[in-house]
Amino acid sequence: MQTNRPFKASRGMSDYQLKMAFIMPTMILLILMNIFPLLWSLYLSFHRYKASMPTPPKFIGVRNYSRLLADPEIWGYFQTTAYFVLLAVAAQFFIGFGLALLLNRDFRYKGFVTTLLLMPMMLSPVVVGLFWRFILYSDNSGLLNFFLIPFLKSPIGWTTHPKVAMLAVVIVDTWMWSPFMMLIALAGLSAVPKSLYEAADVDRASAWFKFRAITLPLVSPLLLIALLFRTMDAFKMFDIVYVLTREGGPGTATETVSMNLYKLAFRNYNTGKACAMAYILLIIIVALSNIYVKYLNRVKGEAQET
Amino acid sequence: MKSVRISLVLALILALAFVSAPKADNHQSQSLTVVWAEWDPANYLQELSKDFTTETGIAVDVIQIPWPNFQDKVFTAFVGKSDLYDIVIGDSQWLGRNSQGGNYINLTDWINENIDVASIYGPAMTAFAEYPKGSGTYWALPAEVDAAGYVYRKDLFEDPNEMKAFQAKYGYALAPPKTYDQLRDIAEFFTRPDQDLYGIATWYSKEYDGITMGFQQVMWSFGGAYGDAESHKVAGHINTEDAVKALEFYTDLLQFAPPDAPNYYWAETLNAYNSGKVAMAMNYFAFFPGVVNPEVNKISHDKSGFFIAPAGPKGHYISIGGQGMSISSYSKNKDLAKQYMKWFMQKPVQEKWAALGGFTPHKEVLQSDTFKTASPFNEAFAASFPYLRDFWAVPEYAELLAVCQTNWSEAISKIKSAKEALDAIARKHEEIFEDAGYYDE
Repeated sequence: MQTNRPFKASRGMSDYQLKMAFIMPTMILLILMNIFPLLWSLYLSFHRYKASMPTPPKFIGVRNYSRLLADPEIWGYFQTTAYFVLLAVAAQFFIGFGLALLLNRDFRYKGFVTTLLLMPMMLSPVVVGLFWRFILYSDNSGLLNFFLIPFLKSPIGWTTHPKVAMLAVVIVDTWMWSPFMMLIALAGLSAVPKSLYEAADVDRASAWFKFRAITLPLVSPLLLIALLFRTMDAFKMFDIVYVLTREGGPGTATETVSMNLYKLAFRNYNTGKACAMAYILLIIIVALSNIYVKYLNRVKGEAQET
Repeated sequence: MKSVRISLVLALILALAFVSAPKADNHQSQSLTVVWAEWDPANYLQELSKDFTTETGIAVDVIQIPWPNFQDKVFTAFVGKSDLYDIVIGDSQWLGRNSQGGNYINLTDWINENIDVASIYGPAMTAFAEYPKGSGTYWALPAEVDAAGYVYRKDLFEDPNEMKAFQAKYGYALAPPKTYDQLRDIAEFFTRPDQDLYGIATWYSKEYDGITMGFQQVMWSFGGAYGDAESHKVAGHINTEDAVKALEFYTDLLQFAPPDAPNYYWAETLNAYNSGKVAMAMNYFAFFPGVVNPEVNKISHDKSGFFIAPAGPKGHYISIGGQGMSISSYSKNKDLAKQYMKWFMQKPVQEKWAALGGFTPHKEVLQSDTFKTASPFNEAFAASFPYLRDFWAVPEYAELLAVCQTNWSEAISKIKSAKEALDAIARKHEEIFEDAGYYDE
């Protein structure tokens, strides 16, 4: 007779105990490293508190939030971040997808070329920021200006001109992360059944038609996931800005929300206010992600119908 | 077999425990860790401390942290109540925060009993050791007294053709400037982008305290001020017409600096001068050994002169530099640290400190001819002393500094006008003071 009762060894642990024993270390770590800090920072966001001072947290209600939301400079940092996200993610999408289309065919040294293209993604953002700093020096000693100077009247202020500095950050981030977009798109492209293209060839469909009616619908769910990851990541942009444009300069031209959050939390040690800002950022990222996920589900449904 | 495995596991655990076990207290008590920024004076201190080790057998390790990360790293250690550092050689502005935050130990009684305070240069004691100012409460001893100053290319300034051309254009003789107007004229005169030569390199960087230390001395000399030290009111001090003129002047000066100048902090300024790109450069005197070192400066190490920061239309003020030596509250070697500090303040040690290149706070040593002639820039450094002024040293200084850095950087980048930037600083500073309770009855 079969029984649903869990097996229990005559000596030792039951199935349930065994499961718990395996799960508990992870659960404890998760609670200690994620859940507790999350709740503690939520608590602190309603308090006036500085981690560098011995005074205990003082409850001030929603004052940290109201101060932040009423501060036009904070909205300026959000605008800068949004501008960066839009430019960087769009550039990475087009370049990454374009590279994936080029690589989605057989040619000599394909593996080597693909590995080479993936290299920037494997580097530390701080290292990337540092060596791009040398490339993008705003005087003649910058590598890029050195090559451009014969065609220009004066060197380009890559990191010193407020209107150009953001472009410099976008270029560096795009150089680093387009390969990620390429990798995901390549995975999607290689999963498209060849038979669909063969059938289209029989019907003498144009290349554009094949791209629009076969490639794009079938790859778009994966592309959307890549876009979701990149948007979330770009929204948190900190390291490249910290190193390349020296803490978000010139002025506030490249000061992203994360950069400002860092200053608030670790330069000023305004812990309560920094926690409130982190929550505002979290809510925005969750909201943005939800929009993506909803759209992704719709696209996935359409792709399955195709 | 099972017992062999158990034995192996136990042996591994024991080995790991042995490797990771803290070192014996006996060993720890014989060493001191001093943390300072990464620059030449920290190397001099490491060299000087060898004498202390010889005398006492106590090893001294001077840990150096790059300037842009110096504050972040030390303060993070304080938040974690780390005993990593015994002695902290920190900026004067740190005093308020670290004394009130419980990170520095109160040294008042110990200093009064063990140190001859009268032998220390008075303003240095106030700037680097005392908080609140004038209270007689000490949290540090001055270690390195510094001031912002200028280096210039003597070969250019003393070239007869240049002198003649300058005289013809501006109507007075080419010489190290005494006023900011003269500084501007000279900077303009030497700006020749076609020769990759520019008039001036000064601090405009948004990093740490870059632009603030560069600009504040101009602001004070033009008649501006950070605020009222008693009431902590800021509006009407920092956003006056004089301060606006000062910021406009500092922004205007940027046209005579190399194209990358908005990113210039001490290292970039030094590089610009040493590579022959500028005729004059502003920096703290403690960085000038790098200018006269032939290995570092191959172009003008023997052709460099030095002058004190010029006067403005409404006064003469210079940004104070340097740091005080404090004992971390979390140190386990407080007595050893006091022993080291007492040794450091002795006159013969201060003489050797000065001879190595350190800027001594010892009054007699500082005023001696030996000190003034020890390097080509010591005389200008000593002459700067009566004009030194400091940023706010209150516990909220980091927030106040961040606001200044952002807004002044926006002004020189023309994102905001000088008036808008200064009004924004006044508003933000008063918000910070209000939050901290300075305006409570």
